[in-house]
Amino acid sequence: MVTITVDMDKCQHYGQCCFEADDVFALNDDGQLEYVKEADESRRADIESAADVCPMQAITVE
Amino acid sequence: MAASVVVVGAGLGGLRAAESLRAAGFEGVITVVGDEPSMPYNRPPLSKEALSAGVHAAELEFRRKPSVADVNWQLGSPVVSSHLAARTLTLADGTQLAFDGLVIASGIRPRRLPIPGPEAGRHVLRTAHDAMSVRDYLAPGRSAVIMGAGFIGCEVAATARGLGSEVHVVAIDEQPMIRPLGAELGLGMRARHLKHGVDFHLGRTVQEFLGGDQVTSVLLDDGTELPASVVVEAVGSVCNVEWLEGNGLDLTDGVLVDQGMVVDFEVPIVAVGDVARHPNSLFGNIPRRIEHWNIPTETGRRAGASLAALLRGEQPDQGPFSAMPAFWSDQYHHKIQSFGMPGIATSSQLVEGSADEACIFEYSDDTGLVGVVGVDRTAELAPYRKQLLER
Ligand SMILES: Cc1cc2nc3c(=O)[nH]c(=O)nc-3n(C[C@H](O)[C@H](O)[C@H](O)COP(=O)(O)OP(=O)(O)OC[C@H]3O[C@@H](n4cnc5c(N)ncnc54)[C@H](O)[C@@H]3O)c2cc1C
Ligand code: SF4
Repeated sequence: MVTITVDMDKCQHYGQCCFEADDVFALNDDGQLEYVKEADESRRADIESAADVCPMQAITVE
Repeated sequence: MAASVVVVGAGLGGLRAAESLRAAGFEGVITVVGDEPSMPYNRPPLSKEALSAGVHAAELEFRRKPSVADVNWQLGSPVVSSHLAARTLTLADGTQLAFDGLVIASGIRPRRLPIPGPEAGRHVLRTAHDAMSVRDYLAPGRSAVIMGAGFIGCEVAATARGLGSEVHVVAIDEQPMIRPLGAELGLGMRARHLKHGVDFHLGRTVQEFLGGDQVTSVLLDDGTELPASVVVEAVGSVCNVEWLEGNGLDLTDGVLVDQGMVVDFEVPIVAVGDVARHPNSLFGNIPRRIEHWNIPTETGRRAGASLAALLRGEQPDQGPFSAMPAFWSDQYHHKIQSFGMPGIATSSQLVEGSADEACIFEYSDDTGLVGVVGVDRTAELAPYRKQLLER
């Protein structure tokens, strides 16, 4: 299981993460980030990619 | 013996290249040489929240993947010369390093213009150290003169206003950020800055810095004299490639690489990030340098895989490189987000909102849509980005 944490104090809602793993990260209609906190192990590579491309370095993957 | 790789430049590109070498199965020794004393850290906050709040490099450090825990970080002394055919590098402190494979990740530095007058009081903004030294001068009762109205100049202007400093922006361009945003949105951004009290001197150049030991004012070409507690020069960049001279590489604008980020040379060499002039199949494969934050990650991934293949004696992936350039900027809580290459467009068109409020602009050239920029419309840009990917 992959555990995902986004530091919402750091997140600026740029949505870069959404392009790497759109099943985990999405911007809602108000432009705010929503994400799922757990994902299947098979999604790890894309989720780590999302953490890499976050300009605020707000995403932690465990 | 296992092969060794030296990475020159301990920034984002260098870090991502090292991670990608490991991800591609390279098990040899990796040494990253950096002239800054710090581990790789995030630069964009240096003109934004970190400049405002006074944050040190250590707090901006990138998380590093466990796979690079065994990398040697050789920090604090730059590479000054190289003999690439012999696979050797020389550092300023005299250290000689040998390598089997090389990653060029040395980035760029701010351009300095030869302008008469005192040197003290003139600053640039590239490193955490630069940001800390500028910050001391941004306060009520102080006056900041910012040269250049590109993204960094405009971000510093916004941050400086937020800290209560008087701000004068001097630029030869007719609108702020005109190259990446076009004249219409540039004008709209100017309106936002005017609302926050920035004083613009556009179409102007600095003729001389005035003062004794320290700059106290700035003389423009039209005779205007602006008070200056600090000058921040944000007038473009120069590639850090001097250490590569004398090896016969094409260094006309950064380091020329192919779609795999590989340098055309007899020894395995790749280049990444701001310094790499690379083709992108989304934009006609014309080699270009792109100074956007997502490029070190995208080029670093590709370069690490290519170098690992070359060191195994294999041909690197010859497929096209087609990463979407992405850029963001924050000015007075306005969020600018750009996808593609609006800077190469020949025309821009407002498609949603209005230029001085939340809006979306499309940018095109004779091949069609080449870029999109949204201001305070981040969530609505996804379909435009998709359209760009389908070019
Ligand atoms: C103030 C500022 C704000 C920015 N804001 C944004 C933004 O909002 N959005 C965005 O998309 N992009 C932004 N950027 C751009 C982004 O930060 C860069 O594209 C990115 O840092 C490039 O990474 P890099 O690894 O290629 O180069 P760098 O991060 O510059 O790393 C290169 C490293 O190599 C070192 N080096 C150079 N020469 C040598 C040598 N001879 N020997 C050893 N080491 C050497 C340098 O000192 C440096 O540490 C900003 C940049 C700055 C400076
Ligand atoms: S990329 Fe980072 S800052 Fe942007 S929405 Fe995702 S978590 Fe937030």
